[in-house]
Amino acid sequence: MLAKRPFFITFLAPAVLTAVILAAAIFEVLQYSVREFIPGSLNVGGFTLANFAALNKPIYWWVLADTFFISLLTAIFSLLASYPVAYALVRAKRDWVRSALVSLSITPLFTGEIVRTFSWMLTLGTDGFINSILRKLGLIDMPIQLMYTRFGVVVALVQFSMPVMIILLATAIAHVDRDCEKAAANLGASPTAVFWRITLPLTVPGILSGIVVVFAWTMSAFSTPQLIGGGKILMISNLAYLQGFSVLNLPFAATLSLIALVCALGSLALMKGVTSRIERRLAVH
Amino acid sequence: MRSFAFWSLVVALLTYMTLPTIVVLMTSVNPTEILAFPPQGVSFDWYAKAVSYPDFQLAFKNGLIVTACASTLALIVGSAFAWLIHHYEFRGRGLLEGVLWSPLIIPHFTLGFGFLLLGGAFRLQQGYVMIVLAHMVLVMPFVTRAVHVSLANIDPALARAAANLGASPWQVLTRITLPLVVPGMAGGWLIAAVLSLTEFTASLYVTGSRTQTLPVAMYNYIREYADPTVSAISALLIIATTLIMLVADRTIGLRRVLAIDTH
Repeated sequence: MLAKRPFFITFLAPAVLTAVILAAAIFEVLQYSVREFIPGSLNVGGFTLANFAALNKPIYWWVLADTFFISLLTAIFSLLASYPVAYALVRAKRDWVRSALVSLSITPLFTGEIVRTFSWMLTLGTDGFINSILRKLGLIDMPIQLMYTRFGVVVALVQFSMPVMIILLATAIAHVDRDCEKAAANLGASPTAVFWRITLPLTVPGILSGIVVVFAWTMSAFSTPQLIGGGKILMISNLAYLQGFSVLNLPFAATLSLIALVCALGSLALMKGVTSRIERRLAVH
Repeated sequence: MRSFAFWSLVVALLTYMTLPTIVVLMTSVNPTEILAFPPQGVSFDWYAKAVSYPDFQLAFKNGLIVTACASTLALIVGSAFAWLIHHYEFRGRGLLEGVLWSPLIIPHFTLGFGFLLLGGAFRLQQGYVMIVLAHMVLVMPFVTRAVHVSLANIDPALARAAANLGASPWQVLTRITLPLVVPGMAGGWLIAAVLSLTEFTASLYVTGSRTQTLPVAMYNYIREYADPTVSAISALLIIATTLIMLVADRTIGLRRVLAIDTH
């Protein structure tokens, strides 16, 4: 049997080892989340469910609700801002326009979250770019508060999520059968009608996966709420970090990290369900 | 008219996407200490300050060590894994794939925290071993995907023809398959390197003051000082990553790795 499957063990072993290490790391989080917190010590006590019970406080519910709210806003605005770009990227007639659009929309993905967050701090700050421009134009006397607000956090998060949203939407738009559009146009539909009644409905699966991927991704955002929210806007990631590194309550930090993981997995599972249902419905028609 | 309105909207949205980058590049060459607009001239003082700042020097060196080790390990293990799932069906394959793709979904702070605790259990906390392992796990899905796409594009008849002509499995692998997937491996490795070099959240958990990587050092600097030194570092990182991605695009075609097919 081994002779029939050359390199099987050799190639399998490193992958399995990596998977075991990864699973062990996640298991540690799981294990700490059910341990007793000993104040003033980094060691943990026996097994307990007290950390999960401690979650049931208004402040933690607020943080969780705010995390959901910010992620939902980000997903919706990211969709609205990305669709025209994705559409242009797929349908542009000239090659160089397409290449330019791909480069412009994809490169921000690779500069890293600290560079992007810091750039937004410079843009949104009291002496930042937007306030300076508005003041030069005489539109405002006092700087507007953009940093440390939910608005500022969402503005930055939408920009971060756009490359991923654009990739998913562009793939969906590229798969739209152009003959359907042509048929509708030949039958007298205006370009606007073709877009709203043919193109857009055919890209619904892409739209849904875009929304859920961005939603799940934003729920685990850390540096943007940390730096642009500046402690005034707390998402679950910031609370977990605060508990782990300031309060030094490792078990509770582990509980919060685990909740974040469950939320991310849950929204993706939800997406699978919804997308397959929609696709089935589209297939029927 | 309608198409003019549409393209204006697209340009406005692209401006929104690129505005922060333009702002950071502008402040990096602005001679004044306060972050003033418009710039008061052109100077490279912040670049000089940034590259001579000891914390950034150490962090850059740490980052290079971590990135080189993590992306190369991810390349070896990820390529082997891609070859495995391309060729074989076996029991537990779904589970193994699920675990190895999961870093795309797991929040980086959960993963970083897990590696911090794991490091603590083995007395390796804040050491290079744990940082490299965390980065490797995070970037491996991208290598696996790039190599998997390359493998899928190879004509299976080539390997069969070689085998029929008497080539051993080892010869097929090294003389037929490997040369054909080298572009995929190179592209995946470059993406992995860029992602590892700029990774922040998990690194914040697993590094210590002696082992911190560049993004962590930048974060610590931003929290204490408000001057354009970090703008200069950011500008250098933006330029470096853009160049690397251009190279990756030329060698393999980024669009294929990211699965954007516009046709």
